[in-house]
Amino acid sequence: MTAAHRPGESPLRIPAPPMPPAIEAIFTTPPARASRTPEAPPVQAPAPVTITIDGIEVSVPSGVTILDAARAQGLDLPTLCYLENLAPVNVCRICVVEVTGSRVLVPACSRKVEAGMEIQTESERVRHSRKLVLEFLGSSVDLSLAGEREPDGDLARWAERYGADASRFGPPSEPAAAGVRDAHEPGHHHAPEGAEAAFATSIAQPVKVDNELYVRDYSKCILCYKCVEACGEDAQNTFAIAVAGRGFDARISTEWATPLPESACVYCGNCIGVCPTGALMFKSEHDMREAGTWDGSAQTVTETICPYCGVGCVLDLHVQDNTIVKVTSPMDSSVTEGHLCIKGRFGFEFTNERRRG
Amino acid sequence: MDLHVIGPLASPVERAAVDTVLGSAESGWTGGQRDARNDGHVARGGHAARARRDLLLPALHALQDRVGQITQPGLNYVCKRLSVPPAEAYGVATFYALFTTTPRASAVAHMCDDIACRLAGAEEVCKDLQRTLGPAGSPARDGTMTWLRSPCLGRCELAPAALVTVAGESPIRRELAPIDAVGIIGALEVALNRGADAAPRATASGPAAVTASVPQAGDSGLRLLARIGTTDPTSLDDYRAHGGYVALRNAIAMGAVATTREVTDAKLLGRGGAAFPTGRKWAAVAVQPAQPHFVVCNADESEPGTFKDRVLLEADPFAVIEAMTIEGFATGASRGFLYLRGEYPLAEARLLGAIDTARAAGLLGVDVAGSGWAFDIELRRGAGAYICGEETALFESIEGKRGEPRNKPPFPVEAGLFGKPTAVNNVETLANVLLILGNGDGVGGGARFATLGTEGSTGPKLFCLSGHVARPGVYEVPFGTTLRELLELGGGVPGGRAIRAILLGGAAGVFVGPDALDVPLTFEGTRAIGASLGSGVVMVFDEAADMVGTLRRIAAFFRDESCGQCVPCRVGTVRQEELLARLADPTPGKAPRSRADELALLADVGRAMRDASICGLGQTASSAIESAFRQPELVGL
Repeated sequence: MTAAHRPGESPLRIPAPPMPPAIEAIFTTPPARASRTPEAPPVQAPAPVTITIDGIEVSVPSGVTILDAARAQGLDLPTLCYLENLAPVNVCRICVVEVTGSRVLVPACSRKVEAGMEIQTESERVRHSRKLVLEFLGSSVDLSLAGEREPDGDLARWAERYGADASRFGPPSEPAAAGVRDAHEPGHHHAPEGAEAAFATSIAQPVKVDNELYVRDYSKCILCYKCVEACGEDAQNTFAIAVAGRGFDARISTEWATPLPESACVYCGNCIGVCPTGALMFKSEHDMREAGTWDGSAQTVTETICPYCGVGCVLDLHVQDNTIVKVTSPMDSSVTEGHLCIKGRFGFEFTNERRRG
Repeated sequence: MDLHVIGPLASPVERAAVDTVLGSAESGWTGGQRDARNDGHVARGGHAARARRDLLLPALHALQDRVGQITQPGLNYVCKRLSVPPAEAYGVATFYALFTTTPRASAVAHMCDDIACRLAGAEEVCKDLQRTLGPAGSPARDGTMTWLRSPCLGRCELAPAALVTVAGESPIRRELAPIDAVGIIGALEVALNRGADAAPRATASGPAAVTASVPQAGDSGLRLLARIGTTDPTSLDDYRAHGGYVALRNAIAMGAVATTREVTDAKLLGRGGAAFPTGRKWAAVAVQPAQPHFVVCNADESEPGTFKDRVLLEADPFAVIEAMTIEGFATGASRGFLYLRGEYPLAEARLLGAIDTARAAGLLGVDVAGSGWAFDIELRRGAGAYICGEETALFESIEGKRGEPRNKPPFPVEAGLFGKPTAVNNVETLANVLLILGNGDGVGGGARFATLGTEGSTGPKLFCLSGHVARPGVYEVPFGTTLRELLELGGGVPGGRAIRAILLGGAAGVFVGPDALDVPLTFEGTRAIGASLGSGVVMVFDEAADMVGTLRRIAAFFRDESCGQCVPCRVGTVRQEELLARLADPTPGKAPRSRADELALLADVGRAMRDASICGLGQTASSAIESAFRQPELVGL
């Protein structure tokens, strides 16, 4: 019954017979409010399980991952492909830990705790694998910008902690020409012969600049799958990019390596938001870095609300020399979970227009 | 999700090819003819189209077989039909080596250059092909044909082997072994000129060929191989006359629980390489509350040096179908998938025939053997990816995705194919199930089976003997037979040359020296010497064998076949190959590091791959190479 008609009056406005006052009161007087508002049904707290992390027995809620449990103890576990707001894919293998009874190391980011589990997060075996993972990445990928982009990817610090030395595999190979890696088919590859073998095969290749909003520098890609997840089912549901190719030739790609403007990309930039190594970057940032004018230490971050629509996304404006140079959103924002749309992410150019009408 | 498809949709020929798999398109929304009466402004497709995602690989096969490549318009049409984002479909198409997304000649010879074929002169054949047709992959003879190098084709007993594929209206896929460059080019020419009927038949179709693959064929006392060469693989009647479908009748009579109990009592361990107790797997699936349950037969036999499953599938296809049916009955499944590697066209033809025949005879379908229980089997063809032999990668592949292994747990018995409880078994494992249940009324068959072999390894075992032996082939022996006895069965090393090394378990296995000849071939016996039976590969290398080349080929194999998902395997396999190349050719001044440092680095790489990779491929990618370097006399480096 809506406010458009009174009790006893049909919405079709057919006159109703008059009602005795006592009965009319039943319809017009709302029942007394309950003394207190009803509470939501109680949520069953997960039963705690007891596990041992690095020799210390702790009680953690069942169903949490080893990573959650370890970080709750204040332990500093490295992660690369893990992000709180994406489903764990456990592909980088840098978060591996040793679990008693397990033949191989297990990824802390996705493995759930089980009662009685004995976990070692810094055993010699663990440190060896982490060191090699860092060396494998360091010898094949340009990691120069990893680490500047928290929260994940503090590679320089971890390389020091685990004694990783990527130069053990030799100097990196020459960059491939544009498009060559995109054309690699699965199956037999060119095996290194003679002097070629002295170089560590790398994925170095030219930067892809095919639009005005962001660039893709796949020389810096560690294939953490985060951008694919953010573009697809974990955030944007656009599926413009996927992993193509196989093995060392696996790469993030649009269909047929089509330039972004022709692809399904909607330029939400959520892939940039999750990229841990700077492979995906605002074109504004890329251009400034090329020109040598990018200065992270001179930047301030201003939190504001996106002015465009009514959702109220939280924006972090990164400002250098009184000019917005890029826009992010905090991962822990309950509104955005770090994700934005094209307007919030890229629609700031007008503020840099200095002419006033 | 808005499906964003760029460019034209497929040619009529491509559409027809895809429609043979997917049926004709119902509306303009799914790539069909636009019709204002149906299409209007109502979107069609959606969930119904996406629910058929598992048909992506069959549709891509249809395109590849028809036009010899997957074109962008062709893929667009498949994407429209199945509502798959083009980027994702492209990711799938570029994952599998038997698909190509670049223009390629319609007739292709895939020449095996893997371990066993190398020993039989495959590199010379490749050189001849290069001389006659040009470099691998380049178009030859006016762009009508080309040749490519291929990983192991599973015909090691007849090495060197090749697979010929010709796209067209009647696509041809034929295995040729043994073969040389002249034979390959001749086969390509005949196929191009005269079509499917004139192309040479696969070598294993005649009775002589059976003996060439199974030297023991016809021997009394054979169990797993009893029907090989004695029973017509295309005849259900002949199969029944040789004891076929007794086991299924027994299983249905005794019930699912008792059937599983017999398999458990038999102490049957999986023959695919992991040696997991089959009975325990079945029982675990049967009790899962989630429905439906699935059974999967892993016939993606791709471990270099392995061909036992191929022989069973080609020469005794009904046995695999019957055993899968029993597995479905025992685990409460109503659908089974048989995932067969794409390089086995003869096995595919035999299996498709057997499935149709069994269905027509009421042994598959809505009422299996009059029991009132419904079960059917679908064959899915792989597309050139060793990794799909890993069970979770195999599920991904059936589901129409890239063959990237999943992290375990959860294990397949809880969440397998389509996220449902799944029992997945190797072909040889299933063949053993018939031995357990196929005698008398089947009761007590498990206990009888367990008396064969040894305490820890029950039953008979198939071994794939190849390399430098007089009579390579599939051999059936009871567990516990020593390596020496097996080699004697195979006639020993030809020319009386000495044995330098034996590869046990395939590329993911371990090299042993002549000192290991008296090891009993059992799970526990090989484990005791740090080796593994793996998939039953026993490849012999004589004193003149090129061990360095073999090791480099193994390293190259794992680099080619790594799915690329996890860092340790994706980069580790590349670094391992580079290290081997440096060790093999230590030009002074080139490598700034000492040999000891290089060997230590190789060990570091191997250890990280073994410890930190997601799946068995990465975990074993260094196994054979490290075992060789543990025994310097084997390597000669």
